Amino acid sequence: MTPLPADRAGASRRGSSRFFTRPSGWQWLTGVIALLVLTPITVLALAWLDPAWEIWQHLQETLLARLLINTATLVVGVTGGTLLLGVSLAWLTGACEFPGRRHLSWALLLPLAMPTYVLTFVFLGLFDYTGPVQTQLRSWFGRGIWMPEMRSAGGVVLVMSLALYPYVYLLARNAFRTQGKRALEAAESLGCSPLEGFFRVVLPMARPWIAGGATLVLMEALADFGAVSIFNYDTFTTAIYKAWFGFFSLPAAAQLSSLLVALVFVLIVVEQRLRKRMRYAQSRLAPQAERIVLQGGKRWLACGYCWLILLIAFLLPALQLLRWSLEIFHAEFDSRYLGLLGHSLLLALISAVLIAAVALLLSYAGRRHPGRLTQGLIRTSTLGYALPGTVLAVGIFIPLAWLDNQIIDFARDHLGSEMLPLLQGTIAIMLLAYLIRFMAAGFKAIDSAMHRVTSSIDEASRLMGLRGVKLLARVHLPMLRGGIFTALTLVFVDVMKEMPITLMTRPFGWDTLSVKIFELTSEGEWERAALPALTLLLSGLIPIILLMRQSDKD
Amino acid sequence: MEPLLELQQISQAYGPQLVVKDLSLSLKKGEIGCLLGASGCGKTTVLRTIAGFEPLLQGEIRLNGTVVSRAGFSLPPAKRQIGMVFQDYALFPHLSIFDNVAFGLRKLDKTELIRRVNQALELVGLQTELNKYPHEISGGQQQRVALARALAPEPQLLLMDEPFSNLDVTLRERLSMEVRDILKEFGTTALFVTHNQNEAFAVADRIGVMHSGEILQWDSAHNLYHQPVSPRIAEFVGEGALINGVVKNAGQLETGLGLLEGIIKRPLEVGSPVQLLVRPEDVVHDDASPVKAVVVRRSFRGASILYALRLANGDLVQALVPSHCDHQPGEKIGIQPDVRHLVLFPADA
Repeated sequence: MTPLPADRAGASRRGSSRFFTRPSGWQWLTGVIALLVLTPITVLALAWLDPAWEIWQHLQETLLARLLINTATLVVGVTGGTLLLGVSLAWLTGACEFPGRRHLSWALLLPLAMPTYVLTFVFLGLFDYTGPVQTQLRSWFGRGIWMPEMRSAGGVVLVMSLALYPYVYLLARNAFRTQGKRALEAAESLGCSPLEGFFRVVLPMARPWIAGGATLVLMEALADFGAVSIFNYDTFTTAIYKAWFGFFSLPAAAQLSSLLVALVFVLIVVEQRLRKRMRYAQSRLAPQAERIVLQGGKRWLACGYCWLILLIAFLLPALQLLRWSLEIFHAEFDSRYLGLLGHSLLLALISAVLIAAVALLLSYAGRRHPGRLTQGLIRTSTLGYALPGTVLAVGIFIPLAWLDNQIIDFARDHLGSEMLPLLQGTIAIMLLAYLIRFMAAGFKAIDSAMHRVTSSIDEASRLMGLRGVKLLARVHLPMLRGGIFTALTLVFVDVMKEMPITLMTRPFGWDTLSVKIFELTSEGEWERAALPALTLLLSGLIPIILLMRQSDKD
Repeated sequence: MEPLLELQQISQAYGPQLVVKDLSLSLKKGEIGCLLGASGCGKTTVLRTIAGFEPLLQGEIRLNGTVVSRAGFSLPPAKRQIGMVFQDYALFPHLSIFDNVAFGLRKLDKTELIRRVNQALELVGLQTELNKYPHEISGGQQQRVALARALAPEPQLLLMDEPFSNLDVTLRERLSMEVRDILKEFGTTALFVTHNQNEAFAVADRIGVMHSGEILQWDSAHNLYHQPVSPRIAEFVGEGALINGVVKNAGQLETGLGLLEGIIKRPLEVGSPVQLLVRPEDVVHDDASPVKAVVVRRSFRGASILYALRLANGDLVQALVPSHCDHQPGEKIGIQPDVRHLVLFPADA
């Protein structure tokens, strides 16, 4: 009996080496992508080798303390806010049953469709001194009424918490859903009151997921550029932008970036740890557990709370955007708008296809080489999601500009001809930055589909005489189609609403919708920014619908 | 002595649908009871109601003489001193084995707590796995941790919901014996539900056969097998078949197996048609016998073969025959009835 499995393994090894002729080619490819991701990080780290001390001194005297305090406030506040909102909403819709629970459960993801900077300017428009809310309240209660100032640290934290809570919500909801009421019952059978059970069992059991969501929020908060710049709330990202485009000092931008990278690096390590814990904790849970049926007044309280958050975080802002858009539609819907839309669509489409293709290659590489080297290279290749767009823009621009100059010098010295820059002023820089930043989104979608193409499916196909291109076309591609589609959609939408990379690396004449929003909102023209914002919102709804259909299937 | 657990005519509903109807049972201290039935018969609901997770529609549940549940009142689960082993064990994945078992003991001081946890883990044979986490141990070990965790606070009553259903067959058999020994050693009163007769027989002192929310018979394993109160129980418990018969006189029965003699417990009129329960071991293979039957189906079981046989009058019986007597479907073989108790039901029942 024993030789049989060994024989089979041998046969499949031979089969695979025939199918993919040079296995090391896959590893080379993964290595190149990993190198692409490591380049901006390395370049930024190297900025410390030649620190511009005068700039540092200037920064330290004027800016650094405020940057640190602001960033810390933002990070602590937004993390706290999203945890409060995300965990409470996730537990209600994940483990409990109350009127409207089914619809609310996906509707509460809708804020994901609205870029943070869009929610921000709508909030300012709504709640500013001249906005409709304050005007209305003053007309009711007189001029003397005290209103909290929206343009404050509290305002930024509030808006960003409302925009980012879905990250915590989404992960924690899955955890609570598999727990159901069983965990709480087990605690009660061991002498805990329901409240004790919640804090001793329900929350700790979901901790890896909650923390996972919180790290994503932290990364988003650190990376955010649009929202804080609308608030004029200086953080590292806005400082990097100003250093480059205000003081025209790329080295200063690089040095500020390197500080941010160090912070992000810590987060990455924490997040990877958490992912491992999630895998363990999930092993023995029922896929869908029975819910706690809320009784009496509690169910209406739960229902009301969920609706309130949905109303504030999505419905009201979306309605306001619609109202503004209708008001300015005649004035703003013109060839300029269509031009911006065209640029956004074109960039999103090109990068979606590019990233899906590279992600597919990476995923195949991982399949052919399950070893540690390839897996490590793949993990490195998909780390870019953690890099803030402003940092990436600086980290990509520096080496490419250097490369350009090398080429120009080479041409002048050896060929005797004057060359124009090859890469600067083209969309190549932008695409490369997108590739690094959004690789993870595309890869995850495709790789999870790839996991369904097990080696026994290959073997079954081979027994029926399918191999090579036929195997790819008739078995692999149909099985991967869903994943590829998801990857294309996710990347498409991410690029559509991306702001800092586009803003900082776009060639002349390549304004997009998000760049236009930045320009208009920095002048306080909320109404005029509504049409491009609404366009982004609509495109952002597509992945939410995908996510919704996926969770319905589960 | 007053029973430790007493259910008095309890009823339970999910919406308009009654899932438990007028159900009564009682367990003495130290007894192990079992609710046996197919899935959906309401047995888990009964268990969850006793634990205090479901409100009661009608009736009363008393624990040690005190009412813990009645319509409109339910003592919180935490105050009932009832332990529970869940079907999926519900071990806390974020706690070590030690902490899982210690979970219900936190009111004790530290040395006492350590002593009790160790005692409980020793009882289930896992004292060396203290520092592992639930995902690091096997399914059988998880089951034992769940048992230790439920027993550690020394509950008045232990409830177990399908405790062995997640285990593979060989482990299931061994663990069910072990669990009985552990419960008896601890002197724990316990009630568990299962759909598996072998488990019920191996573990329980008293078994209630449940069907659509009612207990059809609450009895010892021996009595369920040998003195079922209805044809449904006769068919549900153990193997065997019901064949037609006619009462000849006070001690005789005319059937397809010939004239059978025995005690007829029910008062039945002479000449009335009845159904007789025939277990596989009641039919003996005997080539010399005048009674012949045709082999319809055979299933080889190693030491013996279980034959399904058709009698001359068309009735089907089963026979457990040593496996060296090998016959193929279609063959005619001689059989001899060896029926000790005549288990009879009126033919229209």
